[in-house]
Amino acid sequence: MAILVFSEETDGHASASALELTSKAAQLGEVTVFHVGEGSADALAELGAHGATSVHHMDPGDGLPAPAAAAAIADLVGGDAPAAVLFGMGNTDRDVAGRLSARLGRPVLAAAVDLSIDPVRVTSEILGGTQQIITEATAQAPALVIVRPKAFAANDTGGPAPSTTAVAAPDVGRSGSAVVVERHVEEQEGPDLEAANVVVSGGRGLGGPDNWHLVEELAAELKGAVGATRAVVDAGWVPYSLQVGQTGKTVKPTVYIATGISGAMQHMVGMKDSGTIIAINKDADAPIFGIADLGVVGDVQQIVPKLIEALKARS
Amino acid sequence: MKIAVCVKQIPDPATPYELDAESHLVVRPQDQVLDDTDRYGVEIGLQLAEASEGTVTLFSMSPSGSLQGIRQALAMGADKAVLIDDQALRGSAALTTARVLAAAIEREGFDLVIAGTESTDGYTGVVPQQIAEILDVPALSFARRVEAGDGKVTIERQTATGYDVVESPLPAVLAVTAGSVEPRYPTFKGIMQAKQKPIENLTAGDLGFGDDDVGIAGSGQSITAVAPIAGRQAGEIIEDDGEAHLRIVALLEEAKVI
Repeated sequence: MAILVFSEETDGHASASALELTSKAAQLGEVTVFHVGEGSADALAELGAHGATSVHHMDPGDGLPAPAAAAAIADLVGGDAPAAVLFGMGNTDRDVAGRLSARLGRPVLAAAVDLSIDPVRVTSEILGGTQQIITEATAQAPALVIVRPKAFAANDTGGPAPSTTAVAAPDVGRSGSAVVVERHVEEQEGPDLEAANVVVSGGRGLGGPDNWHLVEELAAELKGAVGATRAVVDAGWVPYSLQVGQTGKTVKPTVYIATGISGAMQHMVGMKDSGTIIAINKDADAPIFGIADLGVVGDVQQIVPKLIEALKARS
Repeated sequence: MKIAVCVKQIPDPATPYELDAESHLVVRPQDQVLDDTDRYGVEIGLQLAEASEGTVTLFSMSPSGSLQGIRQALAMGADKAVLIDDQALRGSAALTTARVLAAAIEREGFDLVIAGTESTDGYTGVVPQQIAEILDVPALSFARRVEAGDGKVTIERQTATGYDVVESPLPAVLAVTAGSVEPRYPTFKGIMQAKQKPIENLTAGDLGFGDDDVGIAGSGQSITAVAPIAGRQAGEIIEDDGEAHLRIVALLEEAKVI
C-alpha cells in the first residue's frame, strides 16, 4: 500500500510532523513524500532516513504554497492513488489538506492520533480528549488525514537519501495570486518547547503582557521552555510558536506548570499527557484543576515570585 | 466592498457536549450561541465595510432551528443573514459545509469572504481553504492583522517561526485568528435593530444539493466506534495560605526536575 506524506521545509529542515508521519507510513507501506520548500539536502536526507523512498519536491517561490501544492498532489494521485495522504497540524499542512479535499471531493479526517490502512481507519480524540472515535474513510482513495503532533514517534532508521523528482508549481490562475511580500522570524530563547523536560505556560489569568516575565523567569529557573494558551497568543502577548494546544504544539514534559490558565479544551488537549501537572489559578472551579496533580488556588502574581525566590535560594 | 462573513452557531461551550449513542452526532441544544471566534471575523468585516461603504452579509449553515447566534452577529452591525437550516445537513463533513456555504455566497456575489480560522467545537480548520478552492480565489489564512483597500488585502500570516506579510488581489477568502481585532459589543440599539434585519432561509435543495450529497450520506466517512477515554484524575488541591510555593518546590523535587 502506497502512502503519500506532506512535508514543509522550515529553516532547511523537514517539519517534525513530516518525520513522524513518514516513520509511521513506512510501517504501513511504501512512502512517497510531497515536500514543499527550498529542498535542502538536509531536509531530503532526513526524510530518507525516516523511511521515504521517493520525494516530489516543489518550490512555491513567493506564492502561498497551498493552491499549487494541492493541484500538484491532485495530479500525482490522479492515476494510481495511494491509500492515504497524511498531513500534520501545521498551518500550511491544513491549508493544503483543505484545498486538496475540495479539489478531489474527499473529506478530511482530522485530528488523528492513530491510523490503520486497508481500509483507512483513523482514531481521534474528541470533546476535549474525553471520547475516542474511530472513523472509516468510505470515499474512494486516497483518504486525506490530518494527524496530531506526536501521535507517532519519529524513527531515524538510517535509510538512504530518497530519489527526488522536482515538480514545477502548476499554474492555478486566480487561486494562486496571493504572494508573500515579507518574511519575519521571531527569535526565541531557551530550550525547544516540544522537547523540554519542564514547560511553564501562562494564560489570561496573568492579567496582562506586563506580567509575562513571571512565566519567563520561572521557566529560566527550571531550565524549562515557555508555553502559552491560544488566548494570550491571539491577544498578541507572545508569538504563535509558543502556543500549546489543539491548534498549537503538543507537549509531554516531565513537569508542566500552568499559571493563570483556566483549562480550555483547546489548551488541555495539548498538555494533558504531561508527567506531573501543577496548576496555579485564582478560580477554584477552573477545569485545569480537574487534571492537575497539584492545584494551587491563589494569585499567580503572589505565588510565582515566591516560587522563583525559593528556587533561587536553593541554587 | 461586498463582504460575506461565515459564522457558526455552536452549543454553548460552557455546557458539556454529549454524543448521541446511535448516530454518534453531537447532541445540539435548541439554543445555540455565536462561536466566539467568529466575532473577530464579523468585526473585521464591519470595519472593512465601513471604510468602503460596503455591506456585510452573514452566511451560516446550521441544522438546529436556532437563530440566537445569528442575531448576536446582526446586533454587532451586519446587514443581513443567509441561513441554510436543513435537517438533511445533520452529520455533514467539513467539505459539505464548505460546498453549501460557497454555493450560497456565490449566489449572492462577493468581493471578500471572511471566516474564523477554526471553530471552537470542531477545530478541523479546513473549511476556509475548501471554500476558496471551490470559489477559485486565493485564501489568506491564519491572518493576525488585516488591511484592505485599492482592490487588495494585506495580512500578517502566522507561521511556525514568526509571520509572513501576504498580499492578495480581490476577490479572496480571509481566515482570521482571534485577537486580530477587538470585537465590538452589540449596543442596545443594535440588539433592537437585529430583530428587524432580514434573514433569508435556504435549504440544501434550494442550492442544488440532493439528499445524498450532504449529511452523513455525503460525508465520505463513517464512525465505526466510540469509546470514553479514561481521564486523568484530579490530584491534590490546596488554597494558597502564603506558603503554597513550598508545596510546589517539594513536588518539583519529587519529580526530580530540581
